[in-house]
Amino acid sequence: MMKNLLKILSGREAGIFVMIILFCAAVGLYKPHFLSLNSLRIILLLVPLIMIGAMAQMLVLVARHVDLSMGSMLGFSAMVAGLMYRDMPDIWWPIGFIVAIGVGTLLGLFNGLLVTIFNLPSIIVTLGTLNLYRGLTFIISDARQINRANIPSELKAMSQTSPVFGIPWIILMSFAIAILTFYIVRYTQLGRQIFALGSNPNAAPLRGINVTKVTLIVFCISGALSGLAGIMYASRWGFVNPSNTGMGFEFQVIAAVVIGGVSINGGVGTVLGTFLGVILLGCVAAALPLLGIPGTTQSAIYGSVILIALLIDRSVRQRTTARSTRSWRKK
Amino acid sequence: MTESSENPGSEKSKLMFLVNRPESMTFILLIVALFGASMLSEYFLDVNYILKSFTLTAELSIAALVLTMVIISGEIDLSAAANIALSACVFAYVQAIGVPMSLAILAGITSGFLMGTLNAILVIRYQLPSIIVTIGTLIFYRGLAQVIAGDKSIRVPEWFIGINNKMVLGIPLPVIFFIITAIALGFILGATIYGRQIYQVGTNNTAALHAGIKSNRIKFGLFILLGVVSAACGIMAASRLGSVRYDLALGGELQMVLMAMLGGTYIFGGRGTILGTFLAAWLLVIVSTGMTVANLLPAIQLTVLGLLLIVAIIATNFIYSRAQR
Amino acid sequence: MLKKTILSAIAALTMSSGVAMSDGHSIDIVFVGKNTGNPYFDSLTQGFVEACEVIACDFEFVAPATAEATSQIPFIEAQIQRGVDVIAISPNSPDALNQVFDSARDKGIIVLTVNGDITGNEDRRDATILPTDFTKVGADQVEMVGSLIGYEGEIAILSATTEAPDQNFWIEGMNETLANDPKYSKMKLVATVYGDDQPEKSTTEMEALLANFPNLKGVIAPTTVGIAAAAQVVQSRMIADKVKVTGLGLPSEMRDFIKDGTVEGFQLWSPYNEGWLAAHFSVGLKNGSMENKVGGTFEVPNLGTITINPGNSINTQAALTTFNAANIDDFNF
Repeated sequence: MMKNLLKILSGREAGIFVMIILFCAAVGLYKPHFLSLNSLRIILLLVPLIMIGAMAQMLVLVARHVDLSMGSMLGFSAMVAGLMYRDMPDIWWPIGFIVAIGVGTLLGLFNGLLVTIFNLPSIIVTLGTLNLYRGLTFIISDARQINRANIPSELKAMSQTSPVFGIPWIILMSFAIAILTFYIVRYTQLGRQIFALGSNPNAAPLRGINVTKVTLIVFCISGALSGLAGIMYASRWGFVNPSNTGMGFEFQVIAAVVIGGVSINGGVGTVLGTFLGVILLGCVAAALPLLGIPGTTQSAIYGSVILIALLIDRSVRQRTTARSTRSWRKK
Repeated sequence: MTESSENPGSEKSKLMFLVNRPESMTFILLIVALFGASMLSEYFLDVNYILKSFTLTAELSIAALVLTMVIISGEIDLSAAANIALSACVFAYVQAIGVPMSLAILAGITSGFLMGTLNAILVIRYQLPSIIVTIGTLIFYRGLAQVIAGDKSIRVPEWFIGINNKMVLGIPLPVIFFIITAIALGFILGATIYGRQIYQVGTNNTAALHAGIKSNRIKFGLFILLGVVSAACGIMAASRLGSVRYDLALGGELQMVLMAMLGGTYIFGGRGTILGTFLAAWLLVIVSTGMTVANLLPAIQLTVLGLLLIVAIIATNFIYSRAQR
Repeated sequence: MLKKTILSAIAALTMSSGVAMSDGHSIDIVFVGKNTGNPYFDSLTQGFVEACEVIACDFEFVAPATAEATSQIPFIEAQIQRGVDVIAISPNSPDALNQVFDSARDKGIIVLTVNGDITGNEDRRDATILPTDFTKVGADQVEMVGSLIGYEGEIAILSATTEAPDQNFWIEGMNETLANDPKYSKMKLVATVYGDDQPEKSTTEMEALLANFPNLKGVIAPTTVGIAAAAQVVQSRMIADKVKVTGLGLPSEMRDFIKDGTVEGFQLWSPYNEGWLAAHFSVGLKNGSMENKVGGTFEVPNLGTITINPGNSINTQAALTTFNAANIDDFNF
């Protein structure tokens, strides 16, 4: 049973990996400089924000919740940091990270509290906070954007390079978060508890899991990573705008996570799958302008990719159940 | 459900009944909103203006009524707004290349039907979770609309424009359609066996199946109904606006879910009423119109809507948990 | 100087031929922007605000949260309900607003489009106030990029959305200039790409341009979002000496890039002046001192004599303003 399970799981990730290779090869045949280092750089630069968002959303989905407010949390945290930079120009710039992550965590905590104290479905709560936080972002910024001149250049430089082979810091950070998530999932009790909670929420308290605590932690992580994504937004694009920053982020993240094989019903998902899902989305996003595909068709393509991923997902699961039932019956 | 009372028709049990219904919460919020909006701006309390403002989101409100039934059955369809846009684009495109209007309308409705069918097949035949499927199809349909219409608007002939200006007894046509749809669906849901079965399927699909209810067929039908109704709304929108763009009803899916939630529909299925969504649609119109005519900036409107949803969901949950005791 | 001009303007207004003043209340003007959080419109609004401090108008700014075609409709309906005198608007769509403009004008409200026009539906609005003579923009931008690359080499255009009428108008002008003017015969337009006025998309399109055309020497981005994104890419790759970025940009967004040499020059007009002019024109129309007649002229303090062109179109300034290291600090928008 375990062996079969492992086989299927690695099958899923291998599947995505193959899709990535095939896709890049196909695009590379048509436009050879897609396979260049420069191209890799472009892909990887598209990816950091979605990567850390996807790691957070993965944990949330595994716990059988969903967080639709990530984009607004991103925007609000980025705006708070941006306002700080604008009104206190001499402040030591790394404090922006602490501020953004801290603010994000508080926002996530609020989500978590609403879900746990009032026992509300997270999809509705985060739908509400999506609007609430976005509105607050407008209010604190007086509907004005934070201009490029106000963002410290050291922060912007983090998206350009670093001492490590010249790979921009934000890419390194996103990889670090992925590795950290992997560690949490595989080697910590918290990780196991999140999975247990998601696969069987009713049995969880019987197994000694403090449901409230784990749920709150998961939402706080979502908030914290959204905050981190917020400051990375400021780094990558150089400005913060109350209407654009983070808009639509949650849908991109969910798309990546679904492609990566995380189940909406909780309890199932891997960091590797999520990671590859993000990379695949990044490759597609980078390839489309190169191929000259008009912006108007891009949405149709993203939508189809999600649907195809779901269908593949389902057929894999069918084979899993069939195989495991067969082997079980044989005993 | 209510506290036992010797005389079922007594005042006390009637009151308990009302208090235990989420629609009462929606109704109270509606009254509060009316009051608040009139305080905010002297220009608000004008029946014609309020009715006119309703027509701006009439398409979403009508589709939200059907969406309520889908949610009660235990599924969800986030692609309805994209459906409205795509059907409208198909309709507009077809009539713009010279096809007679009646055929063009047929084309639009058919595309809505197909979209509903695709959703139904993916969710029921392939047993995929409806929330993810319809997020995928929402992106896909919106994309197709972009392919058909590009970034341009497609116009409709002058005589077709202005359905929102046609009145019956001083009430704009779209509002009439909304009321008629609400009455029809409310009747189906509340007073027919089919309606009762929808509730059962939503409460416990397995039990319903065991009881012999054709749950798959019911859900299939609901997705298709939503697809067709959304298409009709799209064509109505084309008449209202005079032209159609791919970004019609962008973000409308959240508004529709908001209406259903504010009306006391339970997101996991099994509970909710057409009356609730009906009242909630009015509530939303009053809240946003009240803020707009007071020249409050979108910042405040978003915040208020977000808070409203959170308050409503807390109240709904509270009411449902009380009703269970 | 300003005071004198204002006083003489007021004198001129009051002495105009016998059209009755309105009943004494100040004119209610509303400006409906494309969306909130857009720094360009902050500047435009400021022009309105300061004008209304000087002449008799009450001004409010409203805008929807998103810039879709239909998002402005509820706001216009609300203004009609409020009974304002003038609706000035930067339209998100050329035709989605026809119906609602009709109802506004039926009630006697003056409808002005500001900063852009409703192409194909000009009869639905009373007049349009444009930032500058749009027919010259294409040529001026080609000259700008030419001067930066020595009038020789490959160039590309990074535009906004594919259907934006003003963008397409300017791009057409650019193509004509390149084809017909021998001065630019050694310059070749290799690509026109679209960033949809979104920073993320503009950035990836710019990066794709650099990847697809390794010999690219110049980029014209006639959109404030596009030019800022393109400049950011050039700055982070440190290729400012190889690829010259120019276009239409906001001084506040481009100041950094001018100062560190990433961008040597770019152009724009003054959104502030548009607001200032629009406010004066509105008040003038409402109290009868100005007439909305093609071929007519009127005076606006600080801006001089303004002509009303065919189609009731008004240009705030004659040609583009060029911004570079010498004057970048003189502007606060």
